[in-house]
Amino acid sequence: MATVAFKNLVKAYDKTEVLHGINLEVADGEFVVFVGPSGCGKSTTLRLLAGLEEITSGDILIGGRVVNNLEPKERDIAMVFQNYAIYPHMSVRKNIGFGLRTAKMSKEDKEKRIEEVGAMLSMTELLDRRPAQLSGGQRQRVAIGRAMVRDPAVFLFDEPLSNLDAQLRTQMRLEIKKLHQRVGTTIIFVTHDQVEAMTLADRIVIMRDGHIQQVGTPTEVYRHPANLFVAQFIGAPSMNLIPGKLVAKGIELDGGALVPVTPIGASANITIGIRPNDLTLAEEGEPALLEGQVSVIEPLGSETLIYVDIGQREVVATVQGRILPKLGETVRLNAPQDEIHFFDSDTEIALKV
Amino acid sequence: MSNSEIKASSQTLETAKTTSSFSNVDPGKVIRWTLLFLGGVVMVMPIVFMISTSLKWPHEIYELSIIPKEPTLENYIYVLEDGRFYQWFWNSLLIATATTISAVIFDSMVGYALCKFKFSGRMFVFVAILSTLMIPTEMLVIPWYIMARDFGWLNSHWGIMFPGMMTAFGTFLMKQFFETVPDDFLEAARIDGLNEFQIWWSVAMPLVTPALSALAIFIFLGNWTAFIWPLIVTNSPHLYTLPVGLTTFSVEQSVQWELIMTGAALATIPTLIVFLLFQRYIIRGVVMAGLKG
Repeated sequence: MATVAFKNLVKAYDKTEVLHGINLEVADGEFVVFVGPSGCGKSTTLRLLAGLEEITSGDILIGGRVVNNLEPKERDIAMVFQNYAIYPHMSVRKNIGFGLRTAKMSKEDKEKRIEEVGAMLSMTELLDRRPAQLSGGQRQRVAIGRAMVRDPAVFLFDEPLSNLDAQLRTQMRLEIKKLHQRVGTTIIFVTHDQVEAMTLADRIVIMRDGHIQQVGTPTEVYRHPANLFVAQFIGAPSMNLIPGKLVAKGIELDGGALVPVTPIGASANITIGIRPNDLTLAEEGEPALLEGQVSVIEPLGSETLIYVDIGQREVVATVQGRILPKLGETVRLNAPQDEIHFFDSDTEIALKV
Repeated sequence: MSNSEIKASSQTLETAKTTSSFSNVDPGKVIRWTLLFLGGVVMVMPIVFMISTSLKWPHEIYELSIIPKEPTLENYIYVLEDGRFYQWFWNSLLIATATTISAVIFDSMVGYALCKFKFSGRMFVFVAILSTLMIPTEMLVIPWYIMARDFGWLNSHWGIMFPGMMTAFGTFLMKQFFETVPDDFLEAARIDGLNEFQIWWSVAMPLVTPALSALAIFIFLGNWTAFIWPLIVTNSPHLYTLPVGLTTFSVEQSVQWELIMTGAALATIPTLIVFLLFQRYIIRGVVMAGLKG
């Protein structure tokens, strides 16, 4: 187990800078998830940490030791890849034991360790099979086993669940979380799926265009997004964003509704954000924030998403219960005032009330 | 309905069936099969003729019949009792095997480096290697000969082997195949502590086994049948390879076709064995070389 730190980490390919000074400290035993859209630099950061690519400037520390110029094998890390990277010409046992090839252990100890890892991942019966005879989930488990067998200081996961189907992904997600709880090793996990990030992480690092947008616990980034990007990226369905203007009494929204709040440091243009599950249908006679016609209804079983046309934009609301508005019906929507988020439309930064 | 009527109608039905089965024949298919059949005949005839001639007496060889009038195994007995055949066979086997092992190792090593390592001038090196494919062997034999003479390699096994110890074609083929090996495999091995040589040998090489087999077969067959270079670089009969040795059956006054064909028939046996053992790899190799090329 070890701490990990990035100090002013910069990576450039020729003259194109893809990481612009990343600073982050990961505590010993922490599960940190890097999340962001494709090309945001999350995988590059992981590959730099693994030593698979050279850093342009800055420092990477593992366990307090600068590892900038160390070979991958000298960094005491193990990595699980998106496409598993388990060797098709070797049995599961050999695949798992591959990481021990260069370890100074007796043959018996290596065998014992492989059996232990196999048992930990419930793969004892599969040890003598070839990867071609395994399902996607089992293959991913072999890849995890190969990483675990060396008992590294840090585990790196590069989108390990992307190739699995939805059901298996949920199951493997749970297994990875349990694994972390059991072994307690520091884990750096990269994904583009915000649900994975929310469910797995102790802390989430949200990245965009080579910059860190926000670092925080899942609850923090969900409840207090630092900017418009984080607000939209975290949470499914995405947060509704409605532009407005600062007026004397508060914020006047595009549709004409008024939010009687003036955020601190607000400029002329303000965007408000409301999560779909914070929007409720207003009772009759009750004043409403938004009003529009239902354009699409998406039943999800336990709840229903309704899309409402409000002027020239569309908002989505999560509605519980069985009594639902009909398609084309005019509905009025409300939201509790302390669940409304405010952003400066020009700088995109979140504003406090 | 009377009996004759029933018979007549069943006949009509038969005729109708025949007509309809003819009308179902796809003319494109007929043309394709005919062309394939003719191609097959063109391919097989020399082999049939070789075997046929090897079973004929000398006075019969200019009669172009496929089946010998008085078939004989005398030619085989003669060739096999002539000790030289075994020496030629051994020379060919040694040269083809050594060249194959060497070329497979070095071609894949260079192909791997060109494919997986990023260094400046990589494309230049690759294009330079590829461009040698455009130079025909006939043009190369003179510089090879001068080189062999200067190094003192004339009249030696090494002299016959050295030009084929590494091939541009093999390098190209292996480079293309290594493109199909995902970098993740190599990176996983790098993290697991293997050095670059170990990664190439124990991770990358097993992943391209079909390509290696195909390349090995191509090179083995190429060297087994090589003629011009072994003929030029050697003049001591104990170093002759099979194709060169067989030419000694033709002397100034006459050509002993029956013995040449017998030797040739015997020489095809190892290539047949190699082909039968690895045919799926050859076919896959040809298909893949076609796709990648």
